[in-house]
Amino acid sequence: MNGHLPLYAQVINLLAAMLLLLSFAMLAQRRILSLINLFMAQGMVLFASTVVVAAATGQHHLYWSALLTLVLKVMLLPWILHRLIRRLNVKWDVETLINIPTTMMIGLVLVIFSFNLALPISALAGTITRSTLGVALAAVMLAFLMMITRSKAVPQVIGFLAMENGLFFAATSATYGMPMVVELGIALDVLVGMVILGVFFFQIREQFDSLDIRHLEQLKED
Amino acid sequence: MTTLTGALSIDWMLLLVCAWIVIALAGLVAPKSFRYASRVLYPAGALVGLLLALTAFIALGGTPETMVLPLGLPDLPFHLRLDSLSALFLVLLGGSAAGISIFSAGYLRQAEGALPGLQSLQYHLFLASMALVLLADDAYAFMVAWESMALSSFFLVTSDHRLPEIRRAGYLYLLIAHIGAISILLCFGILQGNGHVGVAGYTFANMRSIDHSVFWSSAAFGLALLGFGAKAGLLPLHVWLPEAHPAAPSPVSAMMSGVMLKTAIYGILRVSFDLLHHPLWWWGVSVLALGLVTALFGVIYSAVQSDMKRLLAYSSIENIGLLFVGIGLALTFQSFGMTGLAALALTSVLYHCLNHAAFKSLLFLVTGSVLHATHTRSLGKLGGLIHRMPWVAWLGLVGALASAGLPPFNGFVSEWLLLQAFLFTPGLPHGYINMMVPVAAAAVALTAALAGYVMVKFFAVIFLGRPREENLAHAQDAGTLERIGLSWLAALCVALGLFPVYVIEKLDLVTRPLLGTGIYGAAGAHNWLFLAPIDPGRASYAPVVFLLSIAVIVAATMFIVHRFWRGRTRITGAWDCGFPVQTARMQDTAEGFGQPLRQVFEPFYRMQRELPSSFDKQPFYRVVVDDHFWYWLYLPAARAAEFGAKMVAFLQRGRISIYLMYSFITLVVLLFLIRG
Repeated sequence: MNGHLPLYAQVINLLAAMLLLLSFAMLAQRRILSLINLFMAQGMVLFASTVVVAAATGQHHLYWSALLTLVLKVMLLPWILHRLIRRLNVKWDVETLINIPTTMMIGLVLVIFSFNLALPISALAGTITRSTLGVALAAVMLAFLMMITRSKAVPQVIGFLAMENGLFFAATSATYGMPMVVELGIALDVLVGMVILGVFFFQIREQFDSLDIRHLEQLKED
Repeated sequence: MTTLTGALSIDWMLLLVCAWIVIALAGLVAPKSFRYASRVLYPAGALVGLLLALTAFIALGGTPETMVLPLGLPDLPFHLRLDSLSALFLVLLGGSAAGISIFSAGYLRQAEGALPGLQSLQYHLFLASMALVLLADDAYAFMVAWESMALSSFFLVTSDHRLPEIRRAGYLYLLIAHIGAISILLCFGILQGNGHVGVAGYTFANMRSIDHSVFWSSAAFGLALLGFGAKAGLLPLHVWLPEAHPAAPSPVSAMMSGVMLKTAIYGILRVSFDLLHHPLWWWGVSVLALGLVTALFGVIYSAVQSDMKRLLAYSSIENIGLLFVGIGLALTFQSFGMTGLAALALTSVLYHCLNHAAFKSLLFLVTGSVLHATHTRSLGKLGGLIHRMPWVAWLGLVGALASAGLPPFNGFVSEWLLLQAFLFTPGLPHGYINMMVPVAAAAVALTAALAGYVMVKFFAVIFLGRPREENLAHAQDAGTLERIGLSWLAALCVALGLFPVYVIEKLDLVTRPLLGTGIYGAAGAHNWLFLAPIDPGRASYAPVVFLLSIAVIVAATMFIVHRFWRGRTRITGAWDCGFPVQTARMQDTAEGFGQPLRQVFEPFYRMQRELPSSFDKQPFYRVVVDDHFWYWLYLPAARAAEFGAKMVAFLQRGRISIYLMYSFITLVVLLFLIRG
């Protein structure tokens, strides 16, 4: 990356960097409330980057995607999550399966791996956002890692949602977004998934008096 | 071949198979009605069986007829073909089915096992699927029919599914049937070759046209041997037979032992003589060796059984062994280009198929009648039934003598032909085989002799002597329909035994297309009375003359005895031995009769014995004979499967994080591989 990039590209790179930073922050965050706020911030960044890409390339459908992101990921989902943890009464610290510094180290390795992986693909892509593909992949991986390391149900769901964020970002950076139909479908999936998982939360808590998914081990058949 | 109306035989054949299916479905109309099943469905099935046998008999020796059914998957229609080999086995199927169905009509009892309508459904589907196995001309139709046969017979075996040991027997049967089916499927996969992909490749016509390399044809043959061997009860896949046969209702045992095992013989003949052209000598030798071991094993185990149906099941294993011996011999001769002798061996195989179908069905039906009259299968609780059940006893005697291989009944002819084939082997151009063959011939002779021993035990313990239990005094003889079924099969036994030259003339129509030659020219050219394979100077057999001489000698003896010793004959209890105080318990028992063989062949059995001591107040004696193969092969295999399953269960930790980790690692590895 040299200094001769156009302004748009520079802004996008900045936003990509913020996205990655937020992913790491989520990986390190112990409190669920902050986790939701971080998720909301990630949604904001995603919204901003989509708008910038749309403005830079003149792809009008991207404005709609951006709007969808704003409504769904910045407003609706965080609101649902806030309501959920208020009703479930679980804003306390979450314990991780692996300690935070180790997780961060693994995360670093994953980022390097993703950048290495994205290199040939971004060489093929003709978009102005191509250099951010590595970031997008890293975001997906980090979210996945978060799902693995958390033992409570709510952070896992947030990890799942963050993964979708990463995918969305990958789509915008590689091909200027997916077709509208696909994007709407995914948005709906996320929403429905959220609702179903919300129901599950209550069921799990009712069954085990806790949202710790380690209790689910009892369901295993011996 | 066109019949009078101008329709092809295969059309009639298909019509009859459809008739069986219609009868099967008709069982659903009134599944609970006992009279409907016994008076309408089974007799109708018997009639169809008779017509099927007649049609197939007419088709014997005609040019092969083919037909494409508009059934099956898109672009994969069913092909049917009726040639002499299938016609012969269809005669066997139809003939046996006629007898067994009419017997079933009388055998059926209310409140026994599954609903009569449903049982008839399975039974007739079983018959129809066996007919389709014999008619199929492509791998797809064959496998569909083969699996329907396995499934319908499974449901028949488990028709008394409330008993846990019957469920266990059914499960074992299904398991081994599926191992076999997989193997057959793989065999067809190899035979298909890679020349034709898709529509044309799976027909038998295509398989016939391909010349496979030595490696692939050997692989296909090995798989066919494994697959069909599993169905036939070849060692070491025989364990289902002694479990499933006693579990099934008697007509079903008769059908399975008499006919279904023969479809496996049909399959191996079809693959090794028709689809593969050039047998290698070591195929023949390995089949021969396997067959010998199976035959000896079967007869040795059948000698120590005390359950009459298990005894017959082991005897079936023995007969299957003999059939494989014949097949192995035919393959060996064929591989060395000695087609005349191959034809002799193959004729003995086909002949023995017919014979075994007749006498083993008959014997299983006899056990059915005895079972209904006495409610026990245990030989230790039977005896003296010849006075109570003369019909069953005398017809059973015909079956037992045929099974023992005594002239003038049918079992003798085929075993004699097989031994004749052995006697002509010194011409084989291979030193080791030449040395081995006399040993094999001796083993076959030993098997035949022991089979006689087993049949003496079977018949004598059930029908002769004195009743071992009180309630045997109330035993009733079989009803009319049962008698008709038994008589039909007994008549087949006698006819096959008395007119071997005529039968061989018909069998030639089968061996000629397969091997290019037959033995009828030598065997029957001289006289229809005298059977002389290869050369009348060496050996010949005239059953009718034999029967007449026997009859004359017996009549003369009886006349002389009655004429000259009239006043001096005394009538006393059977097997009295001059001992004045005798009870039925003091007779020779099934265990006692088998004991010498148990001693001689002790290493072959896995025995647990509990002997009474001299101080026991209530002494008892118990001996359990187990199969070594359970402990050497099946239990280790079961343990290995269990161990493997535990290893897989190790993956299942019940923890979401770990499951997520599996996907994550998979993802990373795949991405890495793509990158690389």
